[in-house]
Amino acid sequence: MRRDLVLRVIARTLIPFILLFALYVQFHGDFGPGGGFQAGVIIAAAIIFYALIQGVEATRKSVPEWLVETMVASGVLIYYGVGAAGLLLGGNYLDYFVLSHDTVHGQERGIFWVEVGVAVTVSGVMLMVFYMFASRAKDPE
Amino acid sequence: MTLIGFLSYAITIFLMVAGLTIVVSWGNLIKTLVGLGIFQTSVYLLFIAPGKLIGGTAPILDPRFTVYSNPLPHVLILTAIVVGVATLALGLALVVRIREAYGTIEEDEILALDAENPDDGGPRA
Amino acid sequence: MALAVVVIARSRSLFTVIILGGAYSFMMATVLTVLDAVDVAMTEASVGAGISTVLLLSALYLCKNEEAAPHGRLWLPLAVSITTAGMLVYGTLGLPAFNDPAAPIHTHVVPRYLNDAVRETGVPNVVTAVLASYRGYDTLGETTVVFTAGVGVIALLRRRRRQKQGAVV
Repeated sequence: MRRDLVLRVIARTLIPFILLFALYVQFHGDFGPGGGFQAGVIIAAAIIFYALIQGVEATRKSVPEWLVETMVASGVLIYYGVGAAGLLLGGNYLDYFVLSHDTVHGQERGIFWVEVGVAVTVSGVMLMVFYMFASRAKDPE
Repeated sequence: MTLIGFLSYAITIFLMVAGLTIVVSWGNLIKTLVGLGIFQTSVYLLFIAPGKLIGGTAPILDPRFTVYSNPLPHVLILTAIVVGVATLALGLALVVRIREAYGTIEEDEILALDAENPDDGGPRA
Repeated sequence: MALAVVVIARSRSLFTVIILGGAYSFMMATVLTVLDAVDVAMTEASVGAGISTVLLLSALYLCKNEEAAPHGRLWLPLAVSITTAGMLVYGTLGLPAFNDPAAPIHTHVVPRYLNDAVRETGVPNVVTAVLASYRGYDTLGETTVVFTAGVGVIALLRRRRRQKQGAVV
């Protein structure tokens, strides 16, 4: 597919918009449909689209494997970290009320960071699974 | 129960039974996984359909609307969808490994291969 | 949707099955939008029709297997399915009617969520508020499940480079 001109041009035009839409879905999850899961899946889909057009090797250079592995683990760490921050600041585990100067802002801040953690983990896992499937075909037994 | 209520349950039951048939009767492992996915989507319908109120709107609070559909099943099904795709990814990884170990992804052939050499612990991977 | 499922069941070519599965997911997302479940529809469309199709196609490519073997006896699974369908129909007679505001699902804890979500959390999207704040532990467990699935796939499919000793994981 590398040589097909129409696909390459369209991919190069569309992928930034897909990533922008994923960020929109992530941050506007409070006011419309959306949230962490959808945004993570859309990010993974955009990068897989890029891999389908340009080849997995080129994608591995732009989004290296160590970065994806770090994303997988750090998303879960962010979530647990928000819980631990609730503990350290005087409330219960995963208590959002103590995260800011008043309870409503604390809730908003907690929800924001939790959704970020979820999106990072989901996109990392989807991308990691795709990389694993793609690399298994490289050197057959 | 009104006709449309009966219709929604009928569609749910049809999809559930169809998914179950595909899982039970087919030997090909990839088709089994697709049938399992169909079964899972029928369960999503089962949960979300009773939460809908005709004349209501999506559960995003807004001063212009007063009647909302029930948001609680949406939360449960959102979790269920993501867990379903995680299960699918693991299942597919297992299918790929089975294919490399046994050379086939048909269930009856795999069982026959296992019956031939029972103490092997599986053919060489 | 029923037509897609029947064709999936009867088709032998795995490629057809996977593509029809993607189309089925899109139709399911449309039905969910009609039922006012917009968050769920977005997730089902992106996950079911996007990621699932990609993963199934890559697994199919790795398995190099294009056709399913023809099925032998079909009467036993059909008998089981029809019995299950009968039991399910009997079960749904006791379920609440379709558009009933007094059903138990609408009365216990949901009025509190709908009334107090903006006041307590400042987030108008009730689904996000419930998912991230009221039921935050469930989302924590779900993220851990996704993480575990990723780790499992890595453990199953990663190749080690110790090939000179003949021991490959």
